[in-house]
Amino acid sequence: MEIAFYIAGTVALVATLMVITRHNPVHALLYLNVSLLAHAMLFYLLGASFAALLEIIIYAGAIMVLFIFVVMLLNLGKETAEQERKWLKPKVWMGPTVLAAVLFAEFLALVLSSGQDVYSPAVVSPRELAVALYHEYLIGVELAAMLLMAAVVGAAHIGRHKKLVLHRFLQEEKEKEEEKHEEAVL
Amino acid sequence: MKTTVSAEVVVLLAGLLFALGIVGVIIRKNIIFMLLSVEIMLNASGLAFVAAGSRWGQPDGQVMFVFILAMAAAEVSIGLALILQIYHQHKSLDIDNLKEMNG
Repeated sequence: MEIAFYIAGTVALVATLMVITRHNPVHALLYLNVSLLAHAMLFYLLGASFAALLEIIIYAGAIMVLFIFVVMLLNLGKETAEQERKWLKPKVWMGPTVLAAVLFAEFLALVLSSGQDVYSPAVVSPRELAVALYHEYLIGVELAAMLLMAAVVGAAHIGRHKKLVLHRFLQEEKEKEEEKHEEAVL
Repeated sequence: MKTTVSAEVVVLLAGLLFALGIVGVIIRKNIIFMLLSVEIMLNASGLAFVAAGSRWGQPDGQVMFVFILAMAAAEVSIGLALILQIYHQHKSLDIDNLKEMNG
């Protein structure tokens, strides 16, 4: 079954390469979705079936939908693709790509110098994962819950729109209403 | 169905995906694409964690992946809210428009 692993890895790499080179945001999102599905396949082949499930449900299902909603809200389409085409010149991407390639070559040399390590992945069942998560890593789970709470509150606060006042009369009316409200509270 | 993989191939795959994410963050000027590239990098590190967990048959790798997932969800929700605000203020997603923040 090694062939499945190599195929999934190749799909993940190609799809990721397409993500960072597409001009249209929607095309990039679709390629990223394919890449995430390939990741899920890799996780499954590595014996982490629960991680594969989470990858599909949360990443490919929920987070990508958020991205697609934002792209729809901002109405990014042909103009954005045109702009991206203007921005993405070889002169722009050549330098950073070469430098990143150098860093990766160093990493490659380090990994290859450590010698062969062939193994058959151990299957970690969701039960073992749950036991570890709720015994040893309980504090981490609670911290993650607090992080998510903070993210929800922060997103609601940042995403709030200030009401645009079109005319000063409307503004006065609004202030009067606020005064009335304050009096009522007092 | 018994799979055998070599550890360095998995780690190299994760490293290559991470490098692609770095390149994406650096060469793009559109904020949405930069956020997508950050997602790629998070996924690559998650792959490395899961591979390490499967190498030694411990659940810790998947636990770390769950934490990475929670962090990615939080980061995406905040990041997308910021992107919406930036678009409403500047009518553009060009990262260079934010230089007036004088950071």
